[in-house]
Amino acid sequence: MHKFQFRPCGNFRTSYQDELAIFNTDFGRLWISIGILLLFGVVPFISSAYILHILNSIGIYAIAAAGLNLLIGYTGQISLCHGAFFGVGAYTAAILLVKGGLPFFLTVPIAGVVSAAVGMVFALPSARLKHLYLCIATLAGQLIIEYVLVHWESLTGGAEGIVIPNTSRFGLDLGSDRAFFYVIFICFILMTWIAVNLTRTKIGRAFVAIRDNDRAAEGMGIPIYPYKLLSFAISSFYAGLAGALYACHMTSITPEHFNLWLSIEYIAMIIIGGLGSIPGSAFGAVFIVTLNEVLNHIPEYLMNIGISTGAELNIAPLQDFFYGLAIVLFIIFQPKGLAEVWRIIRSSFRLWPFSY
Amino acid sequence: MEFFLQILANGISLGFLYALSALGFAMIFKSSNVLNFAHGGLMAMGAFIFLALSVWAGLPIILAFALTLAGSFTLGFLLEKFFLRPLIKKTLIYAIMLTLGLALMFRGLLTFIFGGDIYSYPKFLPETLSLKWGGIQISAVYVAAFIIGAVSLILFGLFYKYSSQGIYMRSVADNKPAALSLGVHVKRSFALSWAIAALVCAISGVLFGIINGVSVHTLNSIGLKMLPVVILGGLGSIRGAILGGITIGLLETFTGGYISSSLQEIMPYIVLVFILMVKPYGLFGLVETKRA
Amino acid sequence: MANDHKMKAFRGEPSIFTSTRSEESQAELKVKDLTLKFGGITALNKIDLSVHDGELISIIGPNGAGKTSLLNCISGYYKAQEGRISFNGKDITHLSTNHLAKIGIGRTYQNIELFPGMTVLSNMMLARHVHYKYNVGQASLFLKNVRNEEVRHREVLEELIDFLEMQSIRKQLVGGLPYGTRKRVELGCALALQPKLLMLDEPFAGITLEEKEDMVRFLVELNEAWNQTIILVEHNLSIVMSISDRVAVFDFGVKIAEGSPDFVQNHPQVIKAYLGDTS
Repeated sequence: MHKFQFRPCGNFRTSYQDELAIFNTDFGRLWISIGILLLFGVVPFISSAYILHILNSIGIYAIAAAGLNLLIGYTGQISLCHGAFFGVGAYTAAILLVKGGLPFFLTVPIAGVVSAAVGMVFALPSARLKHLYLCIATLAGQLIIEYVLVHWESLTGGAEGIVIPNTSRFGLDLGSDRAFFYVIFICFILMTWIAVNLTRTKIGRAFVAIRDNDRAAEGMGIPIYPYKLLSFAISSFYAGLAGALYACHMTSITPEHFNLWLSIEYIAMIIIGGLGSIPGSAFGAVFIVTLNEVLNHIPEYLMNIGISTGAELNIAPLQDFFYGLAIVLFIIFQPKGLAEVWRIIRSSFRLWPFSY
Repeated sequence: MEFFLQILANGISLGFLYALSALGFAMIFKSSNVLNFAHGGLMAMGAFIFLALSVWAGLPIILAFALTLAGSFTLGFLLEKFFLRPLIKKTLIYAIMLTLGLALMFRGLLTFIFGGDIYSYPKFLPETLSLKWGGIQISAVYVAAFIIGAVSLILFGLFYKYSSQGIYMRSVADNKPAALSLGVHVKRSFALSWAIAALVCAISGVLFGIINGVSVHTLNSIGLKMLPVVILGGLGSIRGAILGGITIGLLETFTGGYISSSLQEIMPYIVLVFILMVKPYGLFGLVETKRA
Repeated sequence: MANDHKMKAFRGEPSIFTSTRSEESQAELKVKDLTLKFGGITALNKIDLSVHDGELISIIGPNGAGKTSLLNCISGYYKAQEGRISFNGKDITHLSTNHLAKIGIGRTYQNIELFPGMTVLSNMMLARHVHYKYNVGQASLFLKNVRNEEVRHREVLEELIDFLEMQSIRKQLVGGLPYGTRKRVELGCALALQPKLLMLDEPFAGITLEEKEDMVRFLVELNEAWNQTIILVEHNLSIVMSISDRVAVFDFGVKIAEGSPDFVQNHPQVIKAYLGDTS
């Protein structure tokens, strides 16, 4: 007989299987179900096209950020080429859709696999290196991929990029943002679930072991190099899949979007969201995309209230500044990121109103 | 043959500039094991402060330069005090991420104020500095860079090797807790190395500005190029920084001269990947070993 | 079946240990002519050592004698320049550390090597890594076999936790535990690997008398009741002499004596190495 648990005052589980559950309480399970229902049943119908577009971006960034968090937050391998892998996925999808004429539902996973393969190629030398050297090797990877995207014109269209005609976006008629919302968020939930599963099994434990003490991990029989490769492959698979969704979402892609600063933006997301926390990656994506949109609207707002004449004020570069500021402030004041803030809020509400 | 020699000369002079700039990078690494991704940002800050003082405020060159150096020194000091000091006790990964954040901040701020345009300094270096042998020409700026570079390299080399503060800084890099317990003022050591590094960055930023014009993007990408330079030479060694700088300088000019100019920018990184594949600790780096 | 996975207060004897020796738990280590050099220093000079199944052999010697170096060679951290190491008849000289752990050589370290940011239980789960039988694909979907494996090994670990009397600290972070307790956790991790050969590097260093007594109790039970083969590197001679089957004495990278505790205690060269030249 299952007894519903809502407010745990301690650990009263009676079988080891219960300890493996993702949510500690039925309360958590209830909330997440309500959340998913709202997300799929209500949100797409009450949001404007603009909000929907932003939500889609958040979903895409959250997928890629989850992958990067597995690599940096769990395995402890700093990678500066996540943006490039994202780009590889986007280009693979675009080329397959436009030139190969493949259906959408095939291209997305293929893009993920191609990106994972590229990621592994770059990880082959990198994974042997200790973190500082690795960090630099991935920087080289980022710049080399960027170069290839610009200069392999026959395949990538050079600096012009590739335009994906609306009709070829999907095998099925899913052209609108609303339909795409479902595609993105189903992927998002699936990929998040997979990431959480990885972290609660031996794979995730091996990653953390490599991050914390690779010598001891080796002594415990964990092969370091294969696991580092695996971590790179998984993270670039996430990036590639998200990139493919991005290509379809934006309908045109150019190489300059996938530059080093995108990689750094991803790092900003997972730091702000919380290193080593899968939900944190989603928080980070929400934060960065929202910040981005707010900054985009500031000049407009200023113009409306008559402070500036508008035309010459270009606030876009300040985005970088605020990302940077956010990274710096989070590292100094809340290094565990928004995930920790969320945990603190939740636990202070848990025992409400008797919060002593 | 003349073409070859000209390229050789260009490469060596460019390499010397890289070496000077890498010195600032290596200094921070040496004292705190932090990879400074804000290096390009610091260079750009120096270059733009100099631009603002010399062109916009119209100060005499020498005064403007002195003020730039003082400003960068203070900037480095403040950066360490407000941003890096809280992280002294945390893992290295946070400090590295923090420099990424700083890099973003510098980039954003400078593009916001100055835009993405290229500015240039007035010509102030005397033409007599330039060298000429037959058809080979080395322009004044490179000679100036060489002189400034050589002087600072020697000064800093001596500083690290013989001055007590230099020895403190090396001890802090080697083992922070041990240095602390021996009474080394670790915080001052860090602050000083950041200040000096910012100063060196400003010098090299100004020199690069004279050659290529001052632009946020160029200086940022030069800042990134310090990574292959220091890796080639082995992280945190001053001699390595010089060797790495010259190697990368030659590599770039020869790629540009003989293969293709679009490959020029990417070549150092390709070489870097291959070198790391063969020698994971760089050409002159020490292999870190840990006893069981 | 589901009831089998219920939590129990105490489980009795660990099921991964058996008192009868089978092919599976066989441990025969042979080190032959092993020479290890660091630059000009010879850390190990033509070491011969054999460890028989089910015995507790101790290695003693002054500081810098090469005891830990030998363990590092056996567990693959150092690669010897000359000589061979074989385990159960198989040449293992060139195997990597993680492979050696997989074939059943577990160890502890002189300066505890654990994961301070994880709980005791997670540390032990990590140590049992090689026994979890599922792949990445299954793990990513958390299939039924993954869950069963997780539960099954959790039970084994709980037995070990009972054996080592660590129930109360099971979910505490290792970093927050006192030194002596961490030593015990490290032993737990080494056992979680279910090694055929267990190598302990100074398990009695820096812990209190009570903790030493507990540790001795564990080692003796492991060795005598469950026939665990153990190599013990230790400075505490009274413990070594009372629990070892055999003792090998090292000095300056050379094995100067080997035999029963009594034999070694009266060996002139050993006395010389420990007490200096008395003549």
